[in-house]
Amino acid sequence: MAIAEELAKKQRAISVAEFFEKNRQILGFDSAPRSLITCVKEAVDNALDACEDASILPNILVQIARVGDACLVTVEDNGPGIVREQIPRIFAKLLYGSRFHVLKQSRGQQGIGISAAVLYSQLTSGKPTKITSRIDINEPAHYYELIINTKTNEPEIIVERTTDWDRPHGTRIEMEMEASYVRGRRQSVYEYMKATAIVNPHARLTLIEPDGNVVVFDRATDQMPRQPNEIKPHPDGMELGTLIKMLRYTDRQKLISFLMNEFSRMGRKTAEDICKAAAIDPDEIPAKLSHDQAKRLLGAFRKVRIQAPPMDCLSPIGEELIYKGLEKEYDVDFISTTTRSATVHSGNPFIVEAGIAFGGSLPKEDRIDILRFANKVPLLYQQGGCAITHAIEQVNWRNYELNQSGGNGIPVGPAVVFVHVASTKVPFTSESKNAIADIPEIMNEIKLAVQDIARDMKNYLSRKKLLEKRKGKEEIIKKILPRMVAKVSSIVGKEEPDIGPVIAKIMGNILVQREVAQRDDGCVVSIRVRNFDEHARSFKLHELSKYDVVEAPEAKLVDMGDATNLVWKISLGPGEQKVLCYKIECSGTPQLQTPIAEGIDEEVIIGARVV
Amino acid sequence: MIEKDKQTQRKLLDLIEEFYTQLENEEVPALQLPTRTKANIAYDDEAEVWVYGDRESTRSAKTTRGAYQLLKTSYVVDFLNTQLKQAKSSTLRELYYISENWDLAKFGEQQESDRLIEDLEIVSALQREDFHIRPEEDGASILGPIRVREQTRRGTKTIHCQDDVGEAGYQIPCNVDSLEFLEHNAKFVIAIETGGMRDRLVENEFDERFNAIVVHLKGQPARSTRRLMKRMSEELKLPVAVFTDGDPWSYRIFASVAYGSIKSAHLSEYMATPGAMFVGIRPSDIVNYELPTDKLTDQDIRALHSLLSDPRFETDFWQSEISLQLELNKKAEQQSLAKYGLDFVTDTYLPERLAEMGMI
Repeated sequence: MAIAEELAKKQRAISVAEFFEKNRQILGFDSAPRSLITCVKEAVDNALDACEDASILPNILVQIARVGDACLVTVEDNGPGIVREQIPRIFAKLLYGSRFHVLKQSRGQQGIGISAAVLYSQLTSGKPTKITSRIDINEPAHYYELIINTKTNEPEIIVERTTDWDRPHGTRIEMEMEASYVRGRRQSVYEYMKATAIVNPHARLTLIEPDGNVVVFDRATDQMPRQPNEIKPHPDGMELGTLIKMLRYTDRQKLISFLMNEFSRMGRKTAEDICKAAAIDPDEIPAKLSHDQAKRLLGAFRKVRIQAPPMDCLSPIGEELIYKGLEKEYDVDFISTTTRSATVHSGNPFIVEAGIAFGGSLPKEDRIDILRFANKVPLLYQQGGCAITHAIEQVNWRNYELNQSGGNGIPVGPAVVFVHVASTKVPFTSESKNAIADIPEIMNEIKLAVQDIARDMKNYLSRKKLLEKRKGKEEIIKKILPRMVAKVSSIVGKEEPDIGPVIAKIMGNILVQREVAQRDDGCVVSIRVRNFDEHARSFKLHELSKYDVVEAPEAKLVDMGDATNLVWKISLGPGEQKVLCYKIECSGTPQLQTPIAEGIDEEVIIGARVV
Repeated sequence: MIEKDKQTQRKLLDLIEEFYTQLENEEVPALQLPTRTKANIAYDDEAEVWVYGDRESTRSAKTTRGAYQLLKTSYVVDFLNTQLKQAKSSTLRELYYISENWDLAKFGEQQESDRLIEDLEIVSALQREDFHIRPEEDGASILGPIRVREQTRRGTKTIHCQDDVGEAGYQIPCNVDSLEFLEHNAKFVIAIETGGMRDRLVENEFDERFNAIVVHLKGQPARSTRRLMKRMSEELKLPVAVFTDGDPWSYRIFASVAYGSIKSAHLSEYMATPGAMFVGIRPSDIVNYELPTDKLTDQDIRALHSLLSDPRFETDFWQSEISLQLELNKKAEQQSLAKYGLDFVTDTYLPERLAEMGMI
């Protein structure tokens, strides 16, 4: 027998379940704490997706209990439930799911997640997974105990019966596994739940920890997120292999109808333009196109202007809800959020959203925390390998008042940066879905979003600084200076001097001082106006006089009946001053009212009443 | 009130008069002071010590910080004025506690009130003793063949600093200027940084064998200790050697003895001993004697770099020693010499080094 024939005896197909049984780290089951997070995450993702599809406000319970050395993970939701016949395959067959062939934003995509968790559970505990599900109050709840036959990747039903359940509809999964529950670190079930609560403000999440401690992450809104729609692929960024596959398997008999029906944003006019640009007959049979023609067609996609893909396939969280989510989970002084408009990478629409929370009880000396999300799922691992982290590192944070040694890298300061990438297809770096690949279009959008919110934060900080400066100055003039003047005067034994001018100088204000000189034929009143501010100031100064005004060279006089109103228009540059004089008929000391200023803020003028 | 106190009072009140005049003239109260940093010390050729240069900084009520300092200055002057009138005195620490009653003018820590007294010394060209402000006794001592006469509150005492004292030595009083030197047969003064090394020299009878006056610095030396060494150097014409650990903080101790400190450069002429020489531990000793060492900490390294740009350390000797230390990345203590036995320092290291420096 030839060697090749000998070898051929050993060659056989590998079941996907068998493959993952041997390579479970690919799916995020490496260490004991991480495996636990991955299992919780897969179950919660499914629950949230199911509730969203059914427009139900999610109410999800996660319980971790210790059973000997192992952990028992229970996740229960109030979702629509699963029809009886589907239960075994959904939970106990890898790569079985409803979302893989659909172009719309969802948490799960491949149909690996939950069945991989079931596989992990059965590998480490040797026990089946228990499922309870009910689709309606008028139907019984179904109870299953399942394992995956790894040789065939088919479910094996150990127990199947109906059961009593207090929920009108929903699904409950119980898995026993080798795992460890950790606390107080970033990568923990608790932090995963907290992050999930931030991006799903419509969900109510309850966590029961192994010691019986109950943590509730309550919902911040009763409004359901908008349902994303399903779309067809967009020509932008289409790859040649994909196009050739589509051409070969389409049922369409003409190229033009293939283009118009299999792609989004492709009207007759656009489809004709593309055929023309590719120099291919629109009536050509798609499956007959040569490799060279397919290439030309792809080239034409780039040449012809095609409308951006529709965005209703995406469901961003929205600025307001991100704000609420951050506000709910962090005690901070300032929050800013932004949702960018949608763009496209390789034909897949995506939206970047970002938020920043600053100050409050956040640590000042540590590097900022980055909260990464993809399609509303928190990413806890591989922060260093993620496009979100890389984009944040490339921002020059010194421009935004955070410390950043060398002008790149993760900045230091009391801040948390939140980034959510929503897409019909999030390009992950690996199957464990913990890091987004460095796609230039995505990196760029993240950077723009982060710069947006960082700018807001900078403005907030400079406003705060200004206010603090102002506050410091008020402390000087209201508290320190009066005490100093009192002390100094008492030591030298003299009367306290008028400190109005000094205050005006310290505050950078306008100072109005008035002097009266007695003459034989009346009184000369002179008003000295000085500008100690760094800016030019313009305003009107009024003087109400009940005496007869005999001379007032620069003033406009307005007769008010029993008094005369003298009005000056004053405009003073920084450091400038002006003396206004007028003469009144009066013997003895005249009784004058405080001058009145108009068109200026009260806090920048001393010695005049502001109206 | 004695004439000297009246003059002090006048000078302090002048400062307050100036504040008053500023206020009357519609000026924001301010005080000019020499900048007290290493960038603003200059070598005084005549006195051969480092004093403050021409750079001045303004303390103005325009800033919150400046306003507080001027407020506190006013309160302190008021207090000193009363104290002078009543012929009383107080310690630096007491002054700090007295400020408890001063509301906004209260000091946050003693360092702050100490510094303000130094500021007043600079502004008035007087010394804190003139204000009737005393430091705490810091317990620094001398041991050696010299007889001194001290004016104490309990009468005049004559003390021989070897025969009439225990192993702890003669404690240096606060007011060194009232101390009178009688006879002595000392050849030199040696100032020691640490207590452990000072005790080693005493146990090994170094003072008797070499006719040395052993001064214990106790870390960064007090003014009285520095003043005493200055007087022994000037009046008794004794050479002064300084023996410290081999790290940047110890070099600063030497600099404050020999060149004057940055913090009190206004008193350098009064306190610095320009002829004082540095015995060690030198970074080159670490290599030559293969001394046991510790790694430099980040603070050590920063301090060494700061010394490299300190005008007092601009000599070739210091530049090459400091560079060597940075290269070695090591520091050594005085007591590391014990590697070669307890007598090594008094039998070998010091005699060799002092002979090299021409002191014995």
